[in-house]
Amino acid sequence: MSTPGYTSNLNSTYGVNPTQNGAAALHHHPHPPHPPLQPQQRNGPDPTHPAMYPASSYYSGLPQQGYPSGPAQGLPAPGKAPLMNADYSGNYYHKTHSQPGAPPGPYPPPPTSQTPTQPPSTTNPPVSGAPQYPPQSYQQPVPYSMSANYYGQHYSATSQGQPVQQQHHQLHHPHQQQQQQQQPNLVPASSGTTLGTPLYPIVSYPSAPGSSQYGTLRSSQAPAGPPPIPNMMPPPTQNALQQQQQQQQQQPQQQHQYPHGNGPTPTPTQQGYGAPPLHQTATVNGQSNAGQQHYDQTPPAPVGPQYGSAAPSPGALDGGSRPPSGAPSAHSSPGHQQGLLYGGYGGNRAASSSTGLPGDHSSSSSDHEDEDEEDEEAGGDSSSTTTGSASPVPNSYESLEGGSYPGPSSVPPTNDASKQAPPFGYNYPTMPPAYQQNPAPRPDTTASQGGYNAPGYQPYSQPFPSLSQLSAALGGLSGVPELEVEALRPVNLLQERSILPPSPPAPPEPNLSSDLRKVNCSPDTFRCTLSCIPQTQALLNKARLPLGLLLHPFRDLTQLPVITSNTIVRCRSCRTYINPFVSFLDQRRWKCNLCYRVNDVPDEFMYNPVTRSYGEPHKRPEVQNSTVEFIASSDYMLRPPQPAVYLFVMDVSHNAIETGYLNVLCQSLLENLEKLPGDSRTRVGFLTFDSTIHFYNLQEGLSQPQMLVVSDINDVFIPTPDSLLVNLKESMELVKDLLSSLPGMFMSTRETHSALGPALQAAYKLMSATGGRVSVFQTQLPTLGAGMLQSREDPNQRSSTKTVQHLGPATDFYKKLALDCSGQQIGVDLFLLSSQYADMASLACMSKYSAGSVFYYQAFHHLHNQAQKVKLQKDLQRYLTRKIGFEAVMRIRCTKGLSIHTFHGNFFVRSTDLLSLANVNPDSGFAVQMSIDESLADTSLACFQAALLYTSSKGKRRIRVHTLCLPVVSQLSDVFAGADVQAITCLLANMAIDRSISSSLSDARDALVNAVVDSLEAFRSNGSNLQPAGLIAPAALRLFPLYVLALLKQKALRTGVSTRLDERLFSMCEFKSQPLRQVMRMVHPDLYRIDNLTEQGALHLNERVVPQPPLLQLTAEKLSREGAFVMDCGSVLFLWVGKCCNEVFIRDVLGCPNYASIPPNMTEIPELETAASERSRAFVSWLQESRAFPAAFYILKDDPSSKSNFFQHLVEDRSESAFSYYEFLLHVQQQMSK
Amino acid sequence: MEAAVFILSLVDCCALIFLSVYFIITLSDLECDYINARACCSKLNKWVIPELIGQSLATVLMLVSMHWFIFLLNLPVASWNVYRYVKVPMGNMGVFDPTEIHNRGQLKSHMKEAMIKLGFHLLCFFIYLYSMILALIND
Repeated sequence: MSTPGYTSNLNSTYGVNPTQNGAAALHHHPHPPHPPLQPQQRNGPDPTHPAMYPASSYYSGLPQQGYPSGPAQGLPAPGKAPLMNADYSGNYYHKTHSQPGAPPGPYPPPPTSQTPTQPPSTTNPPVSGAPQYPPQSYQQPVPYSMSANYYGQHYSATSQGQPVQQQHHQLHHPHQQQQQQQQPNLVPASSGTTLGTPLYPIVSYPSAPGSSQYGTLRSSQAPAGPPPIPNMMPPPTQNALQQQQQQQQQQPQQQHQYPHGNGPTPTPTQQGYGAPPLHQTATVNGQSNAGQQHYDQTPPAPVGPQYGSAAPSPGALDGGSRPPSGAPSAHSSPGHQQGLLYGGYGGNRAASSSTGLPGDHSSSSSDHEDEDEEDEEAGGDSSSTTTGSASPVPNSYESLEGGSYPGPSSVPPTNDASKQAPPFGYNYPTMPPAYQQNPAPRPDTTASQGGYNAPGYQPYSQPFPSLSQLSAALGGLSGVPELEVEALRPVNLLQERSILPPSPPAPPEPNLSSDLRKVNCSPDTFRCTLSCIPQTQALLNKARLPLGLLLHPFRDLTQLPVITSNTIVRCRSCRTYINPFVSFLDQRRWKCNLCYRVNDVPDEFMYNPVTRSYGEPHKRPEVQNSTVEFIASSDYMLRPPQPAVYLFVMDVSHNAIETGYLNVLCQSLLENLEKLPGDSRTRVGFLTFDSTIHFYNLQEGLSQPQMLVVSDINDVFIPTPDSLLVNLKESMELVKDLLSSLPGMFMSTRETHSALGPALQAAYKLMSATGGRVSVFQTQLPTLGAGMLQSREDPNQRSSTKTVQHLGPATDFYKKLALDCSGQQIGVDLFLLSSQYADMASLACMSKYSAGSVFYYQAFHHLHNQAQKVKLQKDLQRYLTRKIGFEAVMRIRCTKGLSIHTFHGNFFVRSTDLLSLANVNPDSGFAVQMSIDESLADTSLACFQAALLYTSSKGKRRIRVHTLCLPVVSQLSDVFAGADVQAITCLLANMAIDRSISSSLSDARDALVNAVVDSLEAFRSNGSNLQPAGLIAPAALRLFPLYVLALLKQKALRTGVSTRLDERLFSMCEFKSQPLRQVMRMVHPDLYRIDNLTEQGALHLNERVVPQPPLLQLTAEKLSREGAFVMDCGSVLFLWVGKCCNEVFIRDVLGCPNYASIPPNMTEIPELETAASERSRAFVSWLQESRAFPAAFYILKDDPSSKSNFFQHLVEDRSESAFSYYEFLLHVQQQMSK
Repeated sequence: MEAAVFILSLVDCCALIFLSVYFIITLSDLECDYINARACCSKLNKWVIPELIGQSLATVLMLVSMHWFIFLLNLPVASWNVYRYVKVPMGNMGVFDPTEIHNRGQLKSHMKEAMIKLGFHLLCFFIYLYSMILALIND
């Protein structure tokens, strides 16, 4: 192992060289808009695609989600397979219903008229269907009442008990050809103050030419069925409000002048926004290019006939909630203005403006849906805000492009920028003189913008060129150097024994100005391995550290601003969403922080719904928060949002019944059926399999569920396509009935085979029309039909120190299936509960590429393995009720010059930077590796934006956008100072796992060691002036060797310790799909001593006191026989009780008289009324709460049987086959001196 | 006889040139997002074997007609094709795997490979042409 090292080693394979693969495509080619759903713009209806979306089954029956003719017309049929699937579907699935010679299938071959009759099942007598059911008579439930309830709940949930006051304002924008109605309707919740602030009547709103159809939007809505309900959103949290208020106060208040000055210059229309260039061929949502073309022609929905009917309903609804402040009149004035201008519509408009248009945000004519009921996803997010929405009406923006904006050069920076209130995007409070002198005076802008650039007005000019000078300025910011110095303090690892900080290490703070830091994305969501981005690839290579991002985009958030806006403001060329790090050149233009293009600020954006003032685009929530969520318009859909569809595929072979999981699962399902995320359209289905496949007909109207057995597994067909996936609300009783009888039905089965492959094919067929989630429960190796697997594990090789084989899949069946599923928006989650080898390597593929998740319960048994049973119950509870996003795509953009070349996680990379996620769940993390293609010398900030477009379980299309901003540095020492050792470790783990699968495990292990050697060497040669003997690391990286050693001892990567192949593979899956925090807990568990918990330094969380014991190093040295210790390994928590542990602790906390009487398999701390018990429980439950899936809890005694479990996690200690920490350091040192 | 061998090689070479161009076009389509990875890979995988056969055919022809220089010229390319095909991991969907093509710069390297092959085939084309004319004249 020579020192050329990791980077060279990995890089050569991973292609981290300056020529980027993605780069060209990223920047030189027109990109499809992030959610490439956007149509090309064309006006006029598309004759060729009249209502292609079949009115079949599920969409049509739903009053609340009826699709308007507008968008639907252009949409490809849902069942239409994307191009890419054509081959496979042809191969696999098209033979379905015609098999005259079909073997012993109980079904009559030509099943065109299949009826749900019971096949005479010969193979499986006990299961022969309906007759098996207890002959109870069932009352058919009347689901309608439920759905009514449903709305009610929903609605109240949205308002969340807050006194929400809702203001809807309508601004009229003079745009041609737009029926668009923009009324930002905002919900200033803490209305007291907000209302109190002065409002500036927008006296003369600029009028632009044209626009005959103005204001029709919401009218289109009125006739629609249910009365619109105001878009209620919970108020922003106190903090957010205060901030906003403060900012508002700071803000110079001349906005009302703006219209005058601006009036004469027709504002560039914002039609272009949100509308992609004409030549885009993006594929989105599983729809292929073909689909795109259809969509392109989506007509702007016809508006004419719907005129005038708009106002009343909203008014009725809104009237009560609107405070009688001056606000309405102020805001209605633009409306009147418009009315005058466009006499024909005056009445309509006036009405609407005065009523406040609660429902209007939904309005765009094409965006029919009643967004009235705002879906507060899973309730958890308390959202703040905002505006009205109408989807931009397609329009050829190319025609607009010409004169829209002056080039960047024509807006030279203004001199007085620094004097004025802090410009929004880039605010360097202590601006060195150099900066101020820099920008050229700004001759013409002021002139041209005359009135509105009044003294107080802030020209948001932070012109791009000057940023380079800023970078110098940045370095000089006070306070920063100290941080840096600390991060760079050389640490001699060989001498410093206790390098572990007492509390979990915090991610390094990027070296940014305080304003930017404040709005930057949370490190839990978005993290970069280097919090200072090196300027060039050469510099990065010198540092020998991997550059990459770790994301957790769909994390459960407690606060999330949700924005309903007509126009989602995006950069025209790179499609970046507007974010806090853009710079406003002036009030009408903003410069993209990723591609530096200058864009117009659309008129609607000038209105700030939070402060309800005009002319403050930089105070909009989009620009105040780096994590926001938009409610997307129909432009972001290729088909109407799908309903939530869940299919459960369960193994019921003998082996499966033995484990008893079915009971647990059915019980969990029964308990959580009502809590499944979804709306009134939610559908469920069940499918079981052993050597045959059993479908369950749950059609409403049946007296009991009907089982249909298909035994022809070579050519699976769906017996009654319409009644297998049923509306949950309508068939609730049947579903419950099925779930309660299912565990008993197979009790006496003798069938040992498992036809998983055919069952999955059936699931695919069943789901392909809608998409959704398939949950597969499997307990053994699939032995029949397609996708059958052989055991590849040689138990004697489990502890081999040499190569480990069979890390890759054995067949491409599951991969192909997953890609097919991904194309049809089906996510497959795998629960593997097997005690034997079940080939996780192959099976996991079904989840890996369809963006599912993998769960593994080694040797699950409902009696013998109590802890696992509890774990499964808790996991299911979370799994079934957690948030879910359907038909999602995610795009990660980065500043020009950076490019992403490798992705890690569960998804399918559909095109260069577009990740297709059939399902997205809040518990999965992603990682990407980046390289630097072009020098970043001319910028001081690098930004990254991850945008996740998904359909919520309530059928809303939403976009969640995260933006991260980091400084760019030119010094190697800065790069080291900004290294985020946890993120680096996670990224390296991902890279190593890829490496071990594509190359070999030993290769990957060597590469990990080399990563440490190289980076420390790079630091040393960088000239830390101390050159003593010893192993010197910068303080920022002092944990690096420890973490890498810990990685080497993980199940995924260890050698020499007996590790089942499945466990190894599962561990690899976890590394690739878990978010950073969880991965770090697995890599380096947290060890605490808890027998002497005190309140000192305790955390106080709503009346709970959570003690905070210090972290201990993971070495047996820190354990003592007198103590009790908790080790937090991510998915497992151990409580280790020493032999001579304090009797008081044992009695008070464990409830046992003495050590000897502690039962061997306790799985929880009993609830005792003692202070010690309360503290311990508070601490443990606090630990449990910090993760998505509660960890299994084991109480271990200090005896040999439990030893290995616990002691294998003490990574600093030596094991039979691995270094101790100190030995590892010596090894590294030796490598370095070679 | 000699002429016939070269005429055959020439035809074969033309086919390979077209194939290389097709690879390049398809890959660059993928690069520009005009098609998705799945479609691209299934298109390309179809042609991996024909390419392999075409290349081997030329190599074998040269071997049996005992044109050693041209044979040696062709041999590395033919063996690379075979190696590449054989080395595909079991779980992958072919030489071009849609789940991996965007990772680790694979797309770039596939592109480079196709370019190099195009150059090579063009070179061969002229060699065959020259040899063929020579052979015809000698006849």
